[in-house]
Amino acid sequence: MEIQINGERHSIEPMTLLDLLGSLDINPLRVAVERNRDIVPKREYGSILLADGDLLEIVQFVGGG
Amino acid sequence: MSGTDKLIIGGREFGSRLMVGTGKYASFQQMVQAIELSGAEVITVAVRRVNISDRSKESLLDHLDLTKYTLLPNTAGCYTADDAVRTCRLAREAGLSDFVKLEVLADEKTLFPDNEELLKAAAILVKEGFTVLPYTTDDPVVCRKLEDIGCAAVMPLGAPIGSGLGIRNPYNMRIILETVKVPVIVDAGVGTASDAAIAMELGCHGVLMNTGIAGARDPLAMAEAMNLAVRAGRLAFRAGRIPRKLYATASSPLDGVIQ
Repeated sequence: MEIQINGERHSIEPMTLLDLLGSLDINPLRVAVERNRDIVPKREYGSILLADGDLLEIVQFVGGG
Repeated sequence: MSGTDKLIIGGREFGSRLMVGTGKYASFQQMVQAIELSGAEVITVAVRRVNISDRSKESLLDHLDLTKYTLLPNTAGCYTADDAVRTCRLAREAGLSDFVKLEVLADEKTLFPDNEELLKAAAILVKEGFTVLPYTTDDPVVCRKLEDIGCAAVMPLGAPIGSGLGIRNPYNMRIILETVKVPVIVDAGVGTASDAAIAMELGCHGVLMNTGIAGARDPLAMAEAMNLAVRAGRLAFRAGRIPRKLYATASSPLDGVIQ
């Protein structure tokens, strides 16, 4: 299935959000995720099964003023 | 005296009245040292997409002792209330704090705020329980409206972001200080230590800066200078300056001069 992560298309196998973060080498504690414009609470990362066509925004803190 | 002079925002107490950004430093190490020397307890960060294809870059948070600092995520780069609100929600989830520096920009050249969108976003965020610190123009009416909405502070610009022009309209700052009861933090425009001192001498409750330190030839020395300037300006404000007079008043006794 296909999903979009930060504006880019990715083909993935069905998996949870937590698995996806793991496969991308992203520390779940260091990011926030929006799925189809809704914030995903951290405690739900392991139970959310990604669906075809999902739009994900994965953000982190960077230097800024 | 300065030991008991705390800055209180959204129910939290801060010993330092200087807030600093984390952008534009040559390295994480330099950033950490500059923040340390500035004495700041509140530090701003930006919220950006994770680079999925290149995971080699270090994370900003790995370099900051989060037990020492209150993170103030910003909404820099947002041009609509909708984008700013989304960014704040993401920031809260990433940082587990409800402090946000709300900025909604109107124009790339000046980076002036779009106050209409700002007020819209502030109203939504206050309702959602955020502690909102809005970056605004130095307009007392807008500041009053932001306070009425429930913002925890107002952060009028001294001059455009990164311009280093200092406090361009000290009279507006004075009117803002008389208009609102929430803390007034000068955000943007500070170019050197005297600018920060002037803001504090006017009675502003704090100063927020990034480029003024990170862009200096020696950021570490400037961080220390800003630390001292904010403290000196605050002390001078509390001490009460003498009135300005056109003519001299002798400091030494007029009597007893030898004849």
